[in-house]
Amino acid sequence: MSLLELEDVTASYGYAPVLHGISFQLEANRAQGILGANGAGKTTTLRAISGMVPATGRIRFDGVDILGKSPDRIARMGIAHVPEGRGTLGGLSVRDNLRVGAYQRRDRKQIEEGIEFCLDLFPNLRERIGSNASALSGGEQQMLAVARAFMAQPRVILLDEASLGLAPSTAQRVYDAIRRLREESGVALVVVEQNAALAFSIVDHALVLETGRVSIEGSRERLAGMDEVRRAYLGG
Amino acid sequence: MAYTIQLIVEGFATGSIYGALALAIVLVNRSTGLINFAQGSMGVLSTFVAFGLIQLGVPLLVAMLAAFVFAFLLGAGVERFVVRRFERGDPDTAVVVTIGLFVFIAGIAALLFGYEPRQFPSLFPPQSINIAGVFVSMRSVGTIIVLIAVMILLQLLFRFTKLGLAMRAVADNPQSAGLSGLPVSRLLMIGWGLAAVLGAIAGVLVAPQLFISPTMLDFALVYALAAAILGGLDSPVGAVVAGWFIGIVENLAGAYVDVIGDDLKIAVPFIFMLIILIVRPQGLFGRKVTVRI
Repeated sequence: MSLLELEDVTASYGYAPVLHGISFQLEANRAQGILGANGAGKTTTLRAISGMVPATGRIRFDGVDILGKSPDRIARMGIAHVPEGRGTLGGLSVRDNLRVGAYQRRDRKQIEEGIEFCLDLFPNLRERIGSNASALSGGEQQMLAVARAFMAQPRVILLDEASLGLAPSTAQRVYDAIRRLREESGVALVVVEQNAALAFSIVDHALVLETGRVSIEGSRERLAGMDEVRRAYLGG
Repeated sequence: MAYTIQLIVEGFATGSIYGALALAIVLVNRSTGLINFAQGSMGVLSTFVAFGLIQLGVPLLVAMLAAFVFAFLLGAGVERFVVRRFERGDPDTAVVVTIGLFVFIAGIAALLFGYEPRQFPSLFPPQSINIAGVFVSMRSVGTIIVLIAVMILLQLLFRFTKLGLAMRAVADNPQSAGLSGLPVSRLLMIGWGLAAVLGAIAGVLVAPQLFISPTMLDFALVYALAAAILGGLDSPVGAVVAGWFIGIVENLAGAYVDVIGDDLKIAVPFIFMLIILIVRPQGLFGRKVTVRI
């Protein structure tokens, strides 16, 4: 049984349909990439999984149907969503953001260890631990958003455009940390990314969305070797 | 001089009532982005619950605590069953809904207890105390102490408890809070419940002074709205400080500025509000919100 299964998922904003029947499966400890142009439905796919947009079809997590459940309920089941635009809690300190991430956990000692792990992973955050999240740079906010998601000890992290608006070196650092996170915790990932090279640095499988439909899918190696993928997403 | 100090202390006490209501308005505004015009009438109805229990022979303190529990349930219920349907829509619609609630809840209080003002017992003894030659009523001192205690308790709740952290997170960004697994709906209900308790505290503090009636908090609500705007709609401390400021200025201006007197003193806080809003649109203690476009 797959950890996360999407079967013929459709979603729309009002009367405008965005997804026209998406299906894919994610196994435990694996990372799935979703590539595509603007408006292809990448973000909507993640939003459908985490219950932020109404969808039809079937979405199962660990064998349980999660379609129609509220975002907070889905999060408590073990799916953490790092939304586009980061969604950090700007008026709260870095430490409080991390504590909010661990809200549903009861293991106080391990929570402190988790915070230490995140601060080792993102040393910039250690220096800013008492600052409000709104005072952080874009890269630091992205690091905080990833760290906050990780603090929930999820089984899947949905990562939406983590490189958006970041300098290339900062984006690389964020992805390096995510790779380490994955290696050390075994968390599965669904990675939405415009920058295919970055996505390919951490995913095992990927699919390409075109106007709400899956046009290509396969292993990272297969997709990275395809001419149309190279031309459209890897700069030739 | 003693008279001036007396006016200031009395203003402080009245301002504490405005502050408590303003704090309720700020709590609701921070979590849901709405201004709840029914905050005063919810406080009045809760005070009537205490009044009804006292009539039945329940001790004052127990009746008040029961009224606070009722207020909490009323606030949470109003959020769950009425406001939630409008929270994600047009804010103007939601504000009109709270105005409708204001009229509706005041109507229920009138239906059950009538419009005739009735005496409500005070928690504090009627005597005055002499502090360095200035006579101030125990009621004023008690009211001020109650509000300060409430503020400290709220600060402790928000700063040092998990519930407070979650409430701050929901107020900051409900969507992100939900994505972190926080039970946003339940937390909003708790926020509205707490705000209603603050309204009930304002009600039981002011009732002995004004006599209890369905309209007794109407004026206080107008001042509390001014205090919330003056202090900054996102600043609990600002709301209380502005409440005190309004209470004191209103008293002093009424006594010392002949043209203002008792009739015009209600205008004074609004003149200040106008000036502050021109100079600092976010209020005295409010945070300036910048939006990336």
